[in-house]
Amino acid sequence: MTATQERPSEEVEREIGRDRRRKEDQRLITGRTRWTDNLTLPGMLHLAMVRSPFAHAKIVSIDTSAAKAATNVVDVFTGPELGETLGVNINAWPITPEQVTPTHSPMPADRVAFAGEIVAVVVARTAAEARDAAELVDVEYDELPAALDLKSAAADEVLAHPDLGTNKSALWVFDSGEAGTGAPVEDAISKARADGIVIEREYRQQRLIPAFMEPRSVVVDPTGEQYVMYSATQIPHILRFALAATTGVPESKIRVIAPDVGGGFGGKLQTTPEEWIAWAVGRRLGKPVKYTETRSESLVSAHHGRDQWQKLTLAAEKDGTVTGLKVELLADLGAYVAIVGGGVPVLGAFMFNAIYKFPAYHFSVQTVLTNKTWTDAYRGAGRPEATYAIERLMDELAVEVGVDPLEIREKNWIKHEEFPFTTVAGLEYDSGNYEAATARAKEMIGYDELRAEQRRRRESGDPVQLGIGVSTFTEMCGLAPSRVLGQLDYGAGGWEHASVRMLATGKVEVVTGASAHGQGHETAFSQIVADRLGVAFEDVEILHGDTQVAPKGMDTYGSRSLVVGGEALVRAADKVIEKAKPIAAHLLEASADDLEFTGGRFSVRGTDQGMAIGEVALATFAAHNLPDGVEPSLDSDATYDPVAFNFPHGTHLCAMEVDTETGELRMRKYVCCDDIGNIINPLIVSGQVHGGLVQGIAQALWEEAVYDESGTLVSGSFVDYLLPTAADTISFDIDHTTSPSLTNTLGTKGVGEAGTIASTPAVVNAVVDAVRHFGVNDIQMPCTPERVWRAINGAGAGGSTEGAAMPHFGEAEASGTSEGGGAMGNQEQPGTSSTEGAGA
Amino acid sequence: MIPVAFDYVAPTSVEDALAALAQHGDDAKIIAGGQSLLPVLRMRLNAPEMIIDLGKIESLRGVRDDGDAIVVGAMTPHSVVGSDPLVAEHAALVAKAIEHLADAQVRHRGTFGGALAHADPAGDLGAPALALGAEFVIQGAGGTRTVAADDFFVDLFETAIGEDEILTAVRIPKRTGWGAHYEKFVRVAHQWPIVAVAATVRVDGGSIAEARIGLTNMGSTPVRARAVEDALAGQPATEDAVRAAAQQAAAGTDPPSDLNGAADYRRHLARVLTRRAVLAAAGAA
Repeated sequence: MTATQERPSEEVEREIGRDRRRKEDQRLITGRTRWTDNLTLPGMLHLAMVRSPFAHAKIVSIDTSAAKAATNVVDVFTGPELGETLGVNINAWPITPEQVTPTHSPMPADRVAFAGEIVAVVVARTAAEARDAAELVDVEYDELPAALDLKSAAADEVLAHPDLGTNKSALWVFDSGEAGTGAPVEDAISKARADGIVIEREYRQQRLIPAFMEPRSVVVDPTGEQYVMYSATQIPHILRFALAATTGVPESKIRVIAPDVGGGFGGKLQTTPEEWIAWAVGRRLGKPVKYTETRSESLVSAHHGRDQWQKLTLAAEKDGTVTGLKVELLADLGAYVAIVGGGVPVLGAFMFNAIYKFPAYHFSVQTVLTNKTWTDAYRGAGRPEATYAIERLMDELAVEVGVDPLEIREKNWIKHEEFPFTTVAGLEYDSGNYEAATARAKEMIGYDELRAEQRRRRESGDPVQLGIGVSTFTEMCGLAPSRVLGQLDYGAGGWEHASVRMLATGKVEVVTGASAHGQGHETAFSQIVADRLGVAFEDVEILHGDTQVAPKGMDTYGSRSLVVGGEALVRAADKVIEKAKPIAAHLLEASADDLEFTGGRFSVRGTDQGMAIGEVALATFAAHNLPDGVEPSLDSDATYDPVAFNFPHGTHLCAMEVDTETGELRMRKYVCCDDIGNIINPLIVSGQVHGGLVQGIAQALWEEAVYDESGTLVSGSFVDYLLPTAADTISFDIDHTTSPSLTNTLGTKGVGEAGTIASTPAVVNAVVDAVRHFGVNDIQMPCTPERVWRAINGAGAGGSTEGAAMPHFGEAEASGTSEGGGAMGNQEQPGTSSTEGAGA
Repeated sequence: MIPVAFDYVAPTSVEDALAALAQHGDDAKIIAGGQSLLPVLRMRLNAPEMIIDLGKIESLRGVRDDGDAIVVGAMTPHSVVGSDPLVAEHAALVAKAIEHLADAQVRHRGTFGGALAHADPAGDLGAPALALGAEFVIQGAGGTRTVAADDFFVDLFETAIGEDEILTAVRIPKRTGWGAHYEKFVRVAHQWPIVAVAATVRVDGGSIAEARIGLTNMGSTPVRARAVEDALAGQPATEDAVRAAAQQAAAGTDPPSDLNGAADYRRHLARVLTRRAVLAAAGAA
């Protein structure tokens, strides 16, 4: 078995850097795949949830008799009936030892704490019969006052959980003076008050809904030796651990499968009451069960994101050199502390100082419980909030000093020759070049010409004004060094695992613990392995998302899959090569020291002798002729724990036209130059950037979860929760500079969240810049035309969004009473019965 | 998103549909394109026992010339109406409104008569129908009657169609050669308008000889901006003249306050959008 095929390495095109179309899309976009809701198991039963219409109420009684008597209903369970088998939904990140954490039963027995909370579950032979019977469950509630407004809740005016005695969950503080990473911030502020500039602002991060495309779905199959849970989740491994830890089933008896999952954006980084209830019911009945939420249920009960008040104080010298930053946050947890929960604002704690050389920094966050849907990670998780605050403040500082916003940034940012740079928050930024990215972005947008046009429009009093918004963002991603997570009291590590299996036929199976839900891992990871092992892209199969196939993993979030999971992959592949080398040397009758491995071939230096790694794999499989003491396997594993976070950065510029008569906004141009290190697949990166931008722009302009004064989610459907479509966005102009990361082999940086983190302040800065000469320095998000118009007309930044939903479905008749378990948004539609002819 | 179970019938004639309606009365709902009724059923906001589908009645489809008017069958999809040459020539305002109605899927499934009968004051067809002086052809057991646009919209989701009647067609008087524009204000493209203005004008020698203006989402029904119409008559088609007349656009309106705007903002929008719509319709924008 000696080498015959010649494949000179120079003819092998490198996979890394190629615009490979995503191999998974063939099945994902033609409907050939199976989502969780497509699964049908023999004898499977269907669940429907009965949810509270009230934000806060005692459960007086639940009468399930009518529902139990309904056609094909198998059973109906309340919280007390399932008892301890329900387990609890855990918070994995108590941010302080003193954190006040309400017990979170998946189906509480005595009291509901938000509108949409589950109080009973109906099991029937079909989903339709389960839904029908859910309306027959008669729940008597005794309504309690609800803690809704974040600031009022922080003052403990009304308690979200009366037994806890307070709504204040945890106060987490970082102070550079105490940490030894910088000076005390109060000194800097005092000095600036006397002889410098102090900018004080309060910004609102509105509540958002992740709005993933595939609603959540779970199937539980308790019929085998292992109990199997299929779930539309981002975190199959964490889910398995949490099921074992809270429901008494041994981890070895649990298999979790995340089939293809249709988006998450952090919204499926959760262990949910619905999963726990399905688990308990499946175990109780010994039959497979399925629950798939409706879109209305998803909007009201899947976790929300953001929701902060940000009180900010920036100190600077008169020339604009920053001297201190003080950040005081109030963060709304909702009714329970979710799995990451208060950790979300803490993930932003190290990023408010951003790319600037602040000598003093203080951060605090008070997390607060309210009677609203729980909040947790949403694309960016903590870092968009930080970037928004600092990038808005830098614009304010530029105005105060009287210079261009890019000039004030350049004055304060870390110069490229200063890397690696340890920040006032204690992080070491390994690489970056803010000058280069900014120069490129300015060139792309035609910055000077736009500024000239802006001046002309102002001078002529044009009804359409032009604003230019800047965001020179960085973020920390690649979650996360386990040691750091330990210091922050997070309940797990941040490593990732990969296995590379060399099949006898020369194909390669790769197992990753980073489970994709739309990112394109199968393509990008195949490119990495193809290059590393010198095999064809098509010969690499990526396996993930099933704890039986991929037993170890920390899953997908925080832009970690490539920079952590990709590094594990590289290390596993390198181990394969190391294991193959002595076997190849033996077969080539050469010394291992004389072998080199390039383009998938082991060659004996100075000869034409060599063999491909696939040939070594076949020889190893046969095991007829191996060196003494060598195991007949090339398969290798690697578990990689990152040594540092990863710091992509970029300069985003947005040109926005504002119709001053109506407040209407028209985005004219959006450019960004992101430095994400080396790029594996530019096409996938473009997709991540474009999608990320839209999601960040949507926070700036459109999205907001609005509750009314009784705690009902008013924006409970996509009629009122405004998601943009392609018709509402423009074509973005994107480019890259390249400062490879120094902390992973491939030199990559995360890109999954970058667009979202960067774009929100660029857009709001553009809007404010367009109308600043009317005396405007803030417009609350989302910057609706009405808010913009009122700000122009002297009414300030705009308060909270009020008013009912638009009543387009006016035919509400008494088909589902509130006791019946509707309560999924829109139930409150005012309306009259119409005398309708050809009903629309 | 599973509706309560219901029975379903799809008659092939208006007479059969009326018979089914008479038989089931309050328990029945008529479905046309389903673009409003289906969400209501799926969200379980209503649970009719019988759905009467008009989709198989061929006589309710199509646009035809009827001398001094064009007649649009109630079951004609928006996309067909919007691209019909008769509509473009004689009722351009309708075509302009349909261009921006919801999204492409809704325009292909939703019907002209269905949307008007649903009578959502934020719907895009009510204001053009008012502005054009459309007549609504309504059939019942006792025969057919015609209701003028001004009398058709009664209240929120309420029209002059009786419980035992069906809207079969909409007759639109020809306004050949009139300029038309539908100025719609939304935050995202597929949204119901926050406010919209439907304007059609006859320009004669640089002056506005006649203007007809309907407002969308400025009250519990679509409304005519008669004060503006009167003020425009005989005025030059200039920015200043139209601006002055448009100041009265919100007169007599009672707009809602909701997530997308308070009533005072809507009144302001009505004035600005009316000016823009009229100028565009007059070719002077």
